[in-house]
Amino acid sequence: MDQQEFQKHYLAFQKGKISRRRFMEATGLATAAAVIAACAPASSSSSAPTTAPATAAPATAAPASDAPATEAAATMDPYADWTPPQGVDLGKELYLTTWPNYHDPQTIQTFTDLTGVKVNLTIFGSNEEMLAKLQAGGTGWDVLVPTNYTFETYGELKLLEPLDLAKLPRFDASRYEARFLEPAHYPAGSPDLLGVSKNWGTTGYVINTKNVTKPMTSWKDYFDLTQGEYSGKTTIHDYQLTGIGNALKYFGYSFNSIDTAELAKAEEILIATKSHFFAITSDYQPPLRNGDAWIAMAWTGDAAQLNRDLPEIQYVIGSEGGELWSDFFSVVAGAPHREAAYAFLDYMSTPKVAAKDAEFHGYPIVDEVATGLLPASFTGNPIIYPDDALLSPLEFGAAVTLTDPNRAELWARFKSA
Amino acid sequence: MTNVARPRHQAGRWRQRAATAVFLLPTSFWYFLLLVVPLGILLVFSVGERAPQGGYAPGFTLANFAHLPTRSVAFTNTLFLAAGGTVLCLLVGYPLAYYLATRAGSKKTFLLVLVIVPFWTSFLIRTYAWLTILGSTGVPALLENLGFGKVVLLNTPLAVMIGIVYNYLPLMVFPLYVSLERLDKRLLEASKDLGAARWRTFRQVTLPLTLPGVLSGVVLVFIPIMGEYLIPALLGGGRVFFVGNALVDAFLQSRNWPFGSAMAIGLIFIVLIAVALYLRVGSRGQVRRDISLV
Repeated sequence: MDQQEFQKHYLAFQKGKISRRRFMEATGLATAAAVIAACAPASSSSSAPTTAPATAAPATAAPASDAPATEAAATMDPYADWTPPQGVDLGKELYLTTWPNYHDPQTIQTFTDLTGVKVNLTIFGSNEEMLAKLQAGGTGWDVLVPTNYTFETYGELKLLEPLDLAKLPRFDASRYEARFLEPAHYPAGSPDLLGVSKNWGTTGYVINTKNVTKPMTSWKDYFDLTQGEYSGKTTIHDYQLTGIGNALKYFGYSFNSIDTAELAKAEEILIATKSHFFAITSDYQPPLRNGDAWIAMAWTGDAAQLNRDLPEIQYVIGSEGGELWSDFFSVVAGAPHREAAYAFLDYMSTPKVAAKDAEFHGYPIVDEVATGLLPASFTGNPIIYPDDALLSPLEFGAAVTLTDPNRAELWARFKSA
Repeated sequence: MTNVARPRHQAGRWRQRAATAVFLLPTSFWYFLLLVVPLGILLVFSVGERAPQGGYAPGFTLANFAHLPTRSVAFTNTLFLAAGGTVLCLLVGYPLAYYLATRAGSKKTFLLVLVIVPFWTSFLIRTYAWLTILGSTGVPALLENLGFGKVVLLNTPLAVMIGIVYNYLPLMVFPLYVSLERLDKRLLEASKDLGAARWRTFRQVTLPLTLPGVLSGVVLVFIPIMGEYLIPALLGGGRVFFVGNALVDAFLQSRNWPFGSAMAIGLIFIVLIAVALYLRVGSRGQVRRDISLV
């Protein structure tokens, strides 16, 4: 029943009946965090996982020391089902801090069924917020879903654990396109990883083509038409990285600029457009679905989900460029349920699991074996996998944008203007 | 006899004091730990500097306070909407409380329960419901069908105001109800006997006598609205900004704790001034009431 309820919530979020990001943000800020629990079926007894161990897989029989386990990873069949590590006490709980609509509840339920570990989800609205909570300390989180541009800061502040790859036999870096995995190496260029890839995506905007009849292809169109014909019908992310970044693209500057003169120009266009926005929110599915908004700055998965239900909603990647990003699973330093965290990362690195999960959340995954398992309707969807011509001008968010005080201040000024 | 009684009397007083101290200890501890200490931290932080990666770094600067005018819109928004919301709550709440206290008769308890019923649901969910009501498929659609043309309600100051009045009304109604309920009805009869018309009785007897209720209602409503975060966040769509929202951004987005602390102190300061003003008005009302009663 808990499982069903969980799914119901997710579906409601997805359909926009319950609004998501804003809801989560609001609850998160007002009451510390909105925690949705995927309940375990009353995890039987104490230590050992009760599910039948896969006696067939010979590779899993070498859990004791680190060296053989890494070798095992090389020989492990990537198409095999995931099995819990043997001889490891995973405990009963896991705290996963993530973004809204980012996991198939069934994926999480299966993990619980296999391990007896109950997964508690805490939903967040921005990396900045996650960092703020981690800096304050005492979060009790185990697994985090950070974005590429945060690793430098997390690494410096030692907030994430350098991954012990011996505990991740299903993860094989050779299956991942390097540019999407690269940001998780800390220090940059070292073999140490602070995270394993979850999925990647782009930041563009969605338009409801029933109402928006003018062709829109660029960030210039986004701001100009918001100030003009479609005034009061546009939403913008409540997020400095993308809000400022795409305003910078209006002038053709780098998405990551921290140049004060360029930022001043971005602020100008943002403030000039402010009164024309319908809302400043990262929770744009509800207003798009009910017709309050026609244009919204959006991420891949939201665009795919909206388009799936309302085909008239199209996704535009600004011709000037914009953001390309990559999200990861990481283990929080000092995680109270460290073994369960590693088990979860290993589980999510299993191609079968990652592929099934992607069909739910609608974000493109990096693992090539997992991608091979996806249906053509998914891999052929131009929203999820845009043309290279559109992708090539995109930039990864830079670490400096996370901590730059001027960008943070600019965004706060824009919002309180 | 008195010799015997005195020590017993003294012992009794000592015991009374000890009991007072014991009973006050948890409260004092509570206030010290959760009010005095955090305020001290806030003060220290407000003169500090933002650490390079966000957070707090020790220092001594007044720059954070000098920087406060950059959030003047948030401050004025908060003040105007809090004051306006309080006045509206009073205008809506007083007649309701008056009806409940004097005219409702046997339905009184039932109606009072109805006033409380919304509190059984989460504040968040109640506010969320207004998203649907004020969204384009709600009231604006109705108005359009009635021929009022296109109306935008959601994400406007009006929507925030509606949310405020809706959520804070019960806090206004109850103190008003209590003071109206306790009002000595014989005074109203006396006023009538002495030839005062209804309006005059209300103005010279009822209103002054219920002024304490009005004041406590106003304070109960005004102070929490000043710190409001959720209503502007949900119904203002990020476009109607309160100090509460600016504070959240300072701590969670900019991670500029010193500036956030300075902003919080600014807010506390404004609320203190406002409350001091109310109290002065209140004490003046007290004097006038004494005169009118004599």
